Amino acid sequence: MELDLTKSLYHSMLLIRRSEERILEEMMKGNLASTMCHVSIGQEAVAAGVCSAMQPQDYLTSTHRGHGHFIARGGGLSRMMAELFGKETGYCKGRGGSMHITDVSIGHLGANGIVGGHLGIATGAALWTSLNKSDAVTVCFFGEGAVNEGITHESINMAALWKLPVIFVVENNHYAMSLAWERSTPQLSFTERARAYGIPGVDVDGQDVLAVREVALEAIERARRGEGPTLIGAHTYRFLGHSRADPSKYRPAEEEERERARDPLTIMRAKVGAEMISDQDVEAYEQQVKEVLDAAVKFAEDSPLAQPSTLFEDIYA
Amino acid sequence: MSVMMYRDALRRALYEEMKADPRVFVLGEDVGAYGGAYAVTKGLAAEFGTERVRDTPMSEAMIVGAAVGAAMVGGRPVAEIMYVDFITLAMDQIVNQAAKIHYMFGGQIKVPCVIRTQQGTGRGAGAQHSQSLESWFIHTPGLKVVAPATPADAYGLLRASIQDDNPVIFLEHKGLYAVKDEVPDEPYVTPIGVADVKREGSDVTLITYSRMLHVALDAAKQLAEQNISVEVIDLRSLLPLDMDTVLRSVAKTRRAVVLHEAVLTGGLGGELSARINEALFSELLAPVQRVTAPDVPLPANVTLEKYLVPNAEQVKKAIEKTLESKQKVH
Repeated sequence: MELDLTKSLYHSMLLIRRSEERILEEMMKGNLASTMCHVSIGQEAVAAGVCSAMQPQDYLTSTHRGHGHFIARGGGLSRMMAELFGKETGYCKGRGGSMHITDVSIGHLGANGIVGGHLGIATGAALWTSLNKSDAVTVCFFGEGAVNEGITHESINMAALWKLPVIFVVENNHYAMSLAWERSTPQLSFTERARAYGIPGVDVDGQDVLAVREVALEAIERARRGEGPTLIGAHTYRFLGHSRADPSKYRPAEEEERERARDPLTIMRAKVGAEMISDQDVEAYEQQVKEVLDAAVKFAEDSPLAQPSTLFEDIYA
Repeated sequence: MSVMMYRDALRRALYEEMKADPRVFVLGEDVGAYGGAYAVTKGLAAEFGTERVRDTPMSEAMIVGAAVGAAMVGGRPVAEIMYVDFITLAMDQIVNQAAKIHYMFGGQIKVPCVIRTQQGTGRGAGAQHSQSLESWFIHTPGLKVVAPATPADAYGLLRASIQDDNPVIFLEHKGLYAVKDEVPDEPYVTPIGVADVKREGSDVTLITYSRMLHVALDAAKQLAEQNISVEVIDLRSLLPLDMDTVLRSVAKTRRAVVLHEAVLTGGLGGELSARINEALFSELLAPVQRVTAPDVPLPANVTLEKYLVPNAEQVKKAIEKTLESKQKVH
């Protein structure tokens, strides 16, 4: 579907939302090969906004809650679904599943199952592109839970010190499993936090895809000019539990209600107006997305299962 | 042939790889103008610049993480961790990231990086600066682990490690840096995963690696005077293990002793003993013996430390024990 920028941002968020709903549906049917699956419903604006600001040569690293980054970056849904179904046609040959979904051909350096584990990788990728005089920028998505991991400090410090082309994007969905952001740190502002590293820090409404895109564009351009990293705190909300097993009883009902009313899809339509994204547009996107997802699920269903005989492949390159 | 020190052989390997391949770069604490805590990278920054021989902050997790990330997008980094004891700070990057990325992502990404570090006793450096931690790494599929004992192997294995497309944990020994021996003048690589018979013998196979090779050769020399013929195998690579060479030798001698500086429990000696037993139980004339450090932290005391490091006397006793054994063979 050829869309202009504004429409494509909406489409991207819708595609993420419906894909994850479909993933949950397939999980309930017992079609997923792994029990590990974390959806980002409610957080789509961060992935869509940031990825829309990236260029083809750029890299990204992603988290255990990574479907959104993958889809927004242009990852293929059929092979993604096949991966989740444990099929040999999956991006990771059926061994990575949801938590490790990766397509290196689009500069996606992996969804990582260790909270904070990929900040070093993102910084290292930026170190090499910098040494190699490439103009690629690396975007590192992580949750606010990772902010208090040691390597987060090490990475931001090193990237700031060497002015590496890496963007640190905190998707602050306010809960690290059950622990509220306010209970994990006394410094809630990323603008303030960045000051300690001598780099720009921005706190942005992570439910406003246009606002996210703006700060991402500025950060990425800055990095591409060789001026170093930016710390972006995108304040968002996880509409569902941490995982399927989590009924999220630790969150006040009124808070959930309030935050769920701040749906990035609704917010965007209200912001750009019905003349930009009409009901007919939405209807057409819904139809197209459904067709794509039906085709992806069919591809996954029709693909052969990953075979035990392949278990001993790829241990070494 | 030229006679050179272990540290100089390592530096020669780094130099030649950096000359040959612009993707190779070095990073770590004090590796630049200072030349490395054990002087392995001395002079490299002057030759290649401080971008390619890069001092880092004291951030072990990030040093390894940077190497992994750079390797994933086209670099061939050689990271130095000053002491293996400090690698604890980087274990996620090694165990969960470097070792898993190629496999977990279905072979899409390679991680060609070398993590150089040094371990072992000899300087009374104490509980946090003297350990031998190879077992932690060999327990992790996806890594390669090497531990050269001689200047020639240090050179050849480092070149092979830098050229390898996988993450390699390169374990040097602080007690070996000043050891001198002959190194061929022509460039070469020593293949990873191939052990070396450093001394041929017929009565017993003594399997070891890293600095303990020199203890093994000393014991073998002393026993030769008593007409006991010891075959000494230097594993050189600890993962993958060259069991063909080990089993071929033990099948011949029918006796085996494993020697390492790491502590006993969970050590490579147990793994080798098990594999030898599984393959050759009915051929063995005696139980496989282990000579290792006891399960004790190391003291910051040169005199006390010696009581915890295996020596030639202990090796001789273990060998004599295998020779005394009267196990009946079917």
